[in-house]
Amino acid sequence: MSKPVLRVQDLAVSFRSYTGGLLNRQEREIRAVDGISFELFAGETLGVVGESGSGKSTLARAILGLVKPNRGRVMWLGENLTALDDEAMRQRRKELQIVFQDPVASLNPRMTAGDIIAEPLWTFYPNMDRVQVDERTRGMMKMVGLLPNQINRYPHEFSGGQCQRIGIARSLVLNPRLIVCDEPVSSLDVSIQAQIINLLQDLQAKLGLALIFVAHDLSVVRHISDRVLVMYMGQAMEVSEKTALYRRPLHPYTNALIKSVPVPDPKLAAAARRESWLTGDMPSPFKRPRGCVFHDRCPFRVQRCLADVPALRRMESGDWVACHRGEELDLTVR
Amino acid sequence: MKALLDIRGLVVEFDTPEGVVKAVNGLDVRIDEGETLAIVGESGAGKTQLMLAVMGLLAENGKAHGEALYRGRDLLQMSPHELNSVRGSNIAMIFQDPMTSLNPYLTIEQQMVEVVMHHQGLKRDEARAHAIEMLRAVRIPDPEERIRQYPHEYSGGMRQRVMIAIGLLCEPDLLIADEPSTALDVTVQAQITELVRELRERTSMAIVLITHDLAAVAELSERVIVMYAGEIVEAGSAEDIFYRPQHPYTRGLLASVPRLDKASDDELHAIPGNPPNLQDLPTGCHFRDRCGSAMEKCKRPPPLWLDDAGRMSRCFLPMAGGRLQAGQILPPEPDAATPEAATTEDGEA
Repeated sequence: MSKPVLRVQDLAVSFRSYTGGLLNRQEREIRAVDGISFELFAGETLGVVGESGSGKSTLARAILGLVKPNRGRVMWLGENLTALDDEAMRQRRKELQIVFQDPVASLNPRMTAGDIIAEPLWTFYPNMDRVQVDERTRGMMKMVGLLPNQINRYPHEFSGGQCQRIGIARSLVLNPRLIVCDEPVSSLDVSIQAQIINLLQDLQAKLGLALIFVAHDLSVVRHISDRVLVMYMGQAMEVSEKTALYRRPLHPYTNALIKSVPVPDPKLAAAARRESWLTGDMPSPFKRPRGCVFHDRCPFRVQRCLADVPALRRMESGDWVACHRGEELDLTVR
Repeated sequence: MKALLDIRGLVVEFDTPEGVVKAVNGLDVRIDEGETLAIVGESGAGKTQLMLAVMGLLAENGKAHGEALYRGRDLLQMSPHELNSVRGSNIAMIFQDPMTSLNPYLTIEQQMVEVVMHHQGLKRDEARAHAIEMLRAVRIPDPEERIRQYPHEYSGGMRQRVMIAIGLLCEPDLLIADEPSTALDVTVQAQITELVRELRERTSMAIVLITHDLAAVAELSERVIVMYAGEIVEAGSAEDIFYRPQHPYTRGLLASVPRLDKASDDELHAIPGNPPNLQDLPTGCHFRDRCGSAMEKCKRPPPLWLDDAGRMSRCFLPMAGGRLQAGQILPPEPDAATPEAATTEDGEA
């Protein structure tokens, strides 16, 4: 394969939280993203999964410079984005775009569909010819499956799925090379989800986009991704090629997530009974477990997991895992 | 089986500035004692409004007509006082978002003990003991300690357990759960599903599960009703619906869910078009503008097919093993051979 377009190295984001009053004020640190590294190639889709609070959305935002990382680098085409000043970063945004979770709330209700889609053009190319902008906007609408004659309608006149199409058209209007999708289908109806996933896949193939697809739905991620990054408490537990990941996960947490996914088939569901050994909830971000962050919920923990933090390391297959027992555990999904 | 709740000809309408909108259009649903029924549908199907109407919880501009007989008494005709006693003691409802259903200013204890004292006339310490017992039943660790905490000290999954515990306090014979696990992570969803299964085995409570999540339906339900635009389009046993779906909408829904157990890299099947707009429904079959099998005759109201096992489908396509409802006839056939292309390919009309 060629060189990666995006190389994220040891990226970390933390937020501060304050408790107590004026006199006994205490500052605590929440490590939302805690040392994430991965590479992404042109035309490739990386799925990012994890429970709520695992830091997947913060990671997405940090890559685009929407939150400030306190450590690490985001190398885009060989250039470190975290070191750029605001204006230089603004220019890079032409190449890096985002699609948000709530398609209705992320569109300005007072702007027409056409203005929403064309706004990035006005921002970056203020001298662009009106006719040209109009043409390009209509072209984008057609590309995402909207009718160009809906150009003067407002967001409330569209359904949720159509609003997400508007969001996608807007993100594509500048010809970006990377799109970060943060839960783009989770608020849509099932029948519409499939439309949007198919659309994203078509566009990616047509335009050669690199895609980061953040979602909590493992079936959707399985469908759209080439590789999958599994996050827990801000850290990468596993980064694997998708077929391998869903057939034989390397990390017990990945295994737990996969086993929790319900199957829409009554007989299988009755036979399988979702594994409930992943008990409890993710620990509070203020009480990070020592050693492996997953150890208190892990059925495979050994003494070592309580003390040593497992590093993310490369296996023979080329997949990555952060588990002391990565080699010896066989977590094949039946 | 005896009918616990028998809903007949239920219509739910809302007065809006744009005119009257029918969210539920003449629905018949029967819930038997001890059974688990799922009501499935997407936004605009009317599944939530149906149950809110039955519980007397419609928004101010909403009106319900028809009958909802709970053990023979019509809930729609009850005085607020009567309805309150049924809601607390006989029928319990849990909602999608456990955070907004709990009062953030009150401890879990205050919220639970109040309910028991009011509905069962227990003394405070008896009520407290009962509440702790219920928290233990839904697997809250250290219930004696945790009952003193506020909702924000619980995680999302724990809050939903508390909601279920509150619902169960007065040992209802019907539990209505509206998207109980939709807002939760898959790992926590699995825990809640196991809990509901356990409760169903231990008690004789009937459960109505309202959801758009077909996997949750497969895990929990014996019988399934599929709704579209305020009407039932198909109903049957869970096995009928999942293995032998009849209505094109049900088939489309099942096919559009990506599945881990049947993973493939083929394009997902998507139902074209948009969810129904209740203010602008197609005449005849409301699904026809999104249906791949739509024909000219679908512009007329579709007939209802039934069989003796209680299965039904509302479509011009015949239901396997079904007969037409008494009094209904199919229109003459000349146009049957010329299926009409239903929509454009990506369905954005």
